[in-house]
Amino acid sequence: MSRLHVTTTVNGDSREFLCAPDTTLLEALRGQLGLTGSKEGCGSGDCGACTVMLDGEMVCSCLVLAAEAEGRRIMTIEGMVEGQDLHPLQQQFLKHGALQCGFCTPGVLVAAKALLDHNPEPTETEARYWLAGNLCRCTGYDKIIRAVLAAAADLRQERSPA
Amino acid sequence: MTTATFHSPASLADAVKLLAAAGARPLGGGTDLIVQMGSGRALPDSIVDLKRIPELTGIRRTADGGFAIGAATPCTALKAHTELAAAWPGLVEGANLIGSVQVRNRATLAGNLCNASPAADSVPALIAAGARCRVVGPAGEREVAASEVPIAPGRTSLAPGEVVAEFLLPPQTRAGADAYLRLTPRTEMDIAVVGAGVWLELAVDGTCAAARVALGAVAPTAVLVEAAGAALVGTKLDDTALAALSAACRAAARPIDDKRGTAAYRIAMAGVLARRAALKAAERAAVRKEA
Amino acid sequence: MNAPSGKLATGEGCRVVGTRPVRPDGVDKVTGKAIYGPDFVAPGMLHGAILRSPHAHARIRSIDTSAAAALPGVKAVVTGADMPDDATLFARDPLGEAFHIARHSLALDKVLFDGHGVAAVAATDRRIAEAALALIRVDYEVLEPVLTIEDALAPDAPLLHPGHVTRGIDPATARPSNVVGVVTRERGDFYAALAAADAVFEASFATPPVHQGYIEPHACVALWNADGQGQIWASSQGQFMIRDQVGKVLGIPLADLRVVPLEIGGGFGGKTRVFLEPVAMLLSRRAGLPVRLVMSRTEIFRASGPAQGSATRLRMGATADGTITCLELDITLTSGAYVCEMSGIALAAAVMPYAIANYRMQGRSVFTNMTTCHSYRAPAAPQSVFAVESAIDALAQQLGLDPLDMRIRNAAQPGDLGFYGLPHGQVGFREAMEAAKAHPHWSAPLREGEARGVAAGAWGNYGGASSAEVSIAEDGSVLVTEGNPDIGGSRAAMAMMAAETLGVPYERVRVVVADTSSIGYSYVTGGSRTTFATGKAVIQACEATIEQMRHRAALVWGVEVEEVDWREGAAWCGSGDNAGQTLSIAQIAGRANQSGGPISATATVNAQGYLPAGAVHICDVKVDSETGVTTITRYTAVQDVGTAIHPDYVEGQIQGGAVQGIGWALNEEYVWNTGGQVDNPGFLDYRMPVASDLPMIEAVLVEKPNPAHPYGVKGVGEAPIVPPLAAVANAVSRAIGKRLSQLPLSPARVHAAIAGE
Repeated sequence: MSRLHVTTTVNGDSREFLCAPDTTLLEALRGQLGLTGSKEGCGSGDCGACTVMLDGEMVCSCLVLAAEAEGRRIMTIEGMVEGQDLHPLQQQFLKHGALQCGFCTPGVLVAAKALLDHNPEPTETEARYWLAGNLCRCTGYDKIIRAVLAAAADLRQERSPA
Repeated sequence: MTTATFHSPASLADAVKLLAAAGARPLGGGTDLIVQMGSGRALPDSIVDLKRIPELTGIRRTADGGFAIGAATPCTALKAHTELAAAWPGLVEGANLIGSVQVRNRATLAGNLCNASPAADSVPALIAAGARCRVVGPAGEREVAASEVPIAPGRTSLAPGEVVAEFLLPPQTRAGADAYLRLTPRTEMDIAVVGAGVWLELAVDGTCAAARVALGAVAPTAVLVEAAGAALVGTKLDDTALAALSAACRAAARPIDDKRGTAAYRIAMAGVLARRAALKAAERAAVRKEA
Repeated sequence: MNAPSGKLATGEGCRVVGTRPVRPDGVDKVTGKAIYGPDFVAPGMLHGAILRSPHAHARIRSIDTSAAAALPGVKAVVTGADMPDDATLFARDPLGEAFHIARHSLALDKVLFDGHGVAAVAATDRRIAEAALALIRVDYEVLEPVLTIEDALAPDAPLLHPGHVTRGIDPATARPSNVVGVVTRERGDFYAALAAADAVFEASFATPPVHQGYIEPHACVALWNADGQGQIWASSQGQFMIRDQVGKVLGIPLADLRVVPLEIGGGFGGKTRVFLEPVAMLLSRRAGLPVRLVMSRTEIFRASGPAQGSATRLRMGATADGTITCLELDITLTSGAYVCEMSGIALAAAVMPYAIANYRMQGRSVFTNMTTCHSYRAPAAPQSVFAVESAIDALAQQLGLDPLDMRIRNAAQPGDLGFYGLPHGQVGFREAMEAAKAHPHWSAPLREGEARGVAAGAWGNYGGASSAEVSIAEDGSVLVTEGNPDIGGSRAAMAMMAAETLGVPYERVRVVVADTSSIGYSYVTGGSRTTFATGKAVIQACEATIEQMRHRAALVWGVEVEEVDWREGAAWCGSGDNAGQTLSIAQIAGRANQSGGPISATATVNAQGYLPAGAVHICDVKVDSETGVTTITRYTAVQDVGTAIHPDYVEGQIQGGAVQGIGWALNEEYVWNTGGQVDNPGFLDYRMPVASDLPMIEAVLVEKPNPAHPYGVKGVGEAPIVPPLAAVANAVSRAIGKRLSQLPLSPARVHAAIAGE
């Protein structure tokens, strides 16, 4: 089996790795690149724990081949922090107790960021439908939704001229 | 686990050459293929990524006022295209019920059609819309109705090496509209127990001038139910007409019992969903007519 | 959207208990840094994979692993024959758990479920390991599978364990059967009460096996060295559970086995048993290198330990005023391939929140050809309570009573005789019911097409063995070491109780969940016991360090220790020249090494005095009468929580438990094909609720403190999954005007009920 050489941008950094043609992006992120923040809950796109941004749109990294990442931009949960500053979503998740075991949390946070990138003022229903691809078995989603809506308000506040 | 090569050609011509090799599989969104590779159900020798081929990506207006949708265009791009979403809201809704947002950022109409699942959410809407596919292969190019691509669960009428390059949608008529509804136990992340796509057109006086009704998940492939469309034509979608539509849909349904639903339930729901979709399409058509 | 959940905690006089600080592991978990089971890497680690049976019931004629072993890169191959023999396993563990764990992990002679492990390999690469599995040849003689309770009980049923004789039957039987064991309970005179009842309800109920659905797969890395010492890195609900179970299966002295807990991504009872670790240990012993095993989602559904399916027959009688005078309940649970006998718990839960004078109950479990069932959040309680709470609703309808009034009338009170023959302590069943009655949801008008259901339920909670160590660092900051995995914020709760006890700020306390060689034994994180029992150990260890610090201060001041008080994180001098002076924890700690050595204390407890938690859930639904699709439009979960140490995390437990119960009620179920293969082993067709399926879940905390815990903790995690099955079913039954007694309430089933099929 031939190995493919892939050059891609992950969280702003140029990264290279070798992979098999059928290696998934999730496997490469977790294995070759050591970025284990993206989780595998199902390997079939049904749980969203592996959600990352690919060229600015959220995808399940278990449903992307690593080879497809060539020349593209990837953002993972590890890229959500800017220096020491937690993203408002991360802050609100902590404040609201929006995580219990925390295993789905990276995928939920990336998906929630994608939501707020697209829609700065989502309704509760919009947030629920947007996040329907992210299974959480611990929380019943209540505090997740509250945290996302609170973070949306924080971001609007940040953006609005003082 | 034996996939030997991965290609990402920049032109359709190159893709066709690569796909001519035995064991080659086109990769659109990958939301079916990569899952099948993971479970061992698909073991392609080579993978040909279609997403870097400019002519297969994106949505454009055709000369007749219709739309051409590139085979590698993700479902969410359909929703973002204002004109397409205004003209064919039912198709756009069907495509945007597949999986989750994550999945729809990758999944394509072509993949949904060529995976040939009887329950594919975009297919009844494609059939009801009268969509056609431009198919390209080693022997050249041909056009075929979308309804003729899937022939059995997991099987298509495409010849070896052929690939759907784009979908061609007719222009929406002035008082025409479509709708797609599906029934699932969950609100999202689910596979249709039954799906119903309806296109219809209203005459000036509000009677139905033409209609097409297609059902998903009630037969080995999505089916066009001509009798159901005929039941609407010439009516104002009164209770009698809708009852005839439902009866025609129930009669056309030949489902199986499986983990997602019983045959009896699917038959009953085919009638209910088709009626609701027809009413939704008619409501939209009425708005267009008045606009 | 409803107002945010919760209320101010009682926490009378408390500074920390009842507040809502950020959990100490929070930043790691929102930034992707936390290391869970599948994230751990050991140097030189091999990748293992398990070959699993495609048959639900078959005899293994032969296994040929030679081609797999010869594949380049393969370092070890094992089969069930590499596990200890039956006699050895029963000698190590006469109760049979070691036998069941060993045989469930890797079959010997017979496979008993689709997905039963048959052989395992370890290789330098995961793909090589998978390729090696494909080279293993297994010759099966396929046997008829036993898939349902009815199949299992049939007189001519194939026997899963031909040597198994039913336990608990009086007089004892010698005839083998698929019945694992029988439990009976009787009180009063059921038949006399039945004859005198004004209303009687009788029905049969059924619930399918369901899965816990934790998102993190089972995963471990194991190293078993040639000298017999081993290490395991794994996520679980108890590192000591892993040590105990692996130790007794493989005969490893417990001090030779160090189990390091990783972060756990959900368990809900399903991670209180090992499935992979003994296999990984065998592979490692053979290969001489650490071996990782991770389950795929499909493997989890096929081969982990889901919740029992159930079939229940029930009769309940009541007098016209709503007093429940008699109950007859006969419940059968699926055990799966090996022993899972929890029907006694099902009986206890059935009557827990009520004072019922006359009952006769029987429970039993039966072997079926599915993966061995195990604990799922309040194990075996939701199944029996579904029947009981449906019956109460039906009787309230018959008698024209408010269903909450009827429950309040029958609520067990402190001092009433409990199931186990002892009087109830400070239970808050009635308080929870009254709080539900008083809640605006109960009196809110229903919108067109909606119906409302209510159900109660309780869970007994637990105490048990726990250890903790508290050390005061030289700067006065506090380190707490415990042995219980933190599954939903318990490190925060421990830090809060320690901070409260010591009188220091929450942020000055840090908590570590230690490996089995670094802290004393602690029973699993389960049974809603951790904040109660381990919390007690932490508090006791804190109190012991306070004692030490008072002594040090007494030395400094030259007074008797009795003259030194501990106030707000400082020693306070009560007499002599220094009367009124204080020495802060930092001042004392700073000179600890010169005044008698480091300040540190351990505490071990076998915590008693745990009390049940009572819950009442109110559920509004809208049923699409044409399709049978149910939508939950409003949901309120009221619970007596004792004291809420961290109210956010208590609410989170209640909300999560309620939603798991909603999933159980509406859509979740195992589906098998006729051959016994699991037909829906994935998250697409095993339909757990997604965010858009649900409204906000309003959690209402009723705080009736437990006098046996310094801060009043009762335990909260499990009770919230008990009421939802009936709360949802009662709402749907009222919506369609027909009593639904079989779960899940899938659209097809509700549609059939509406259509009268």
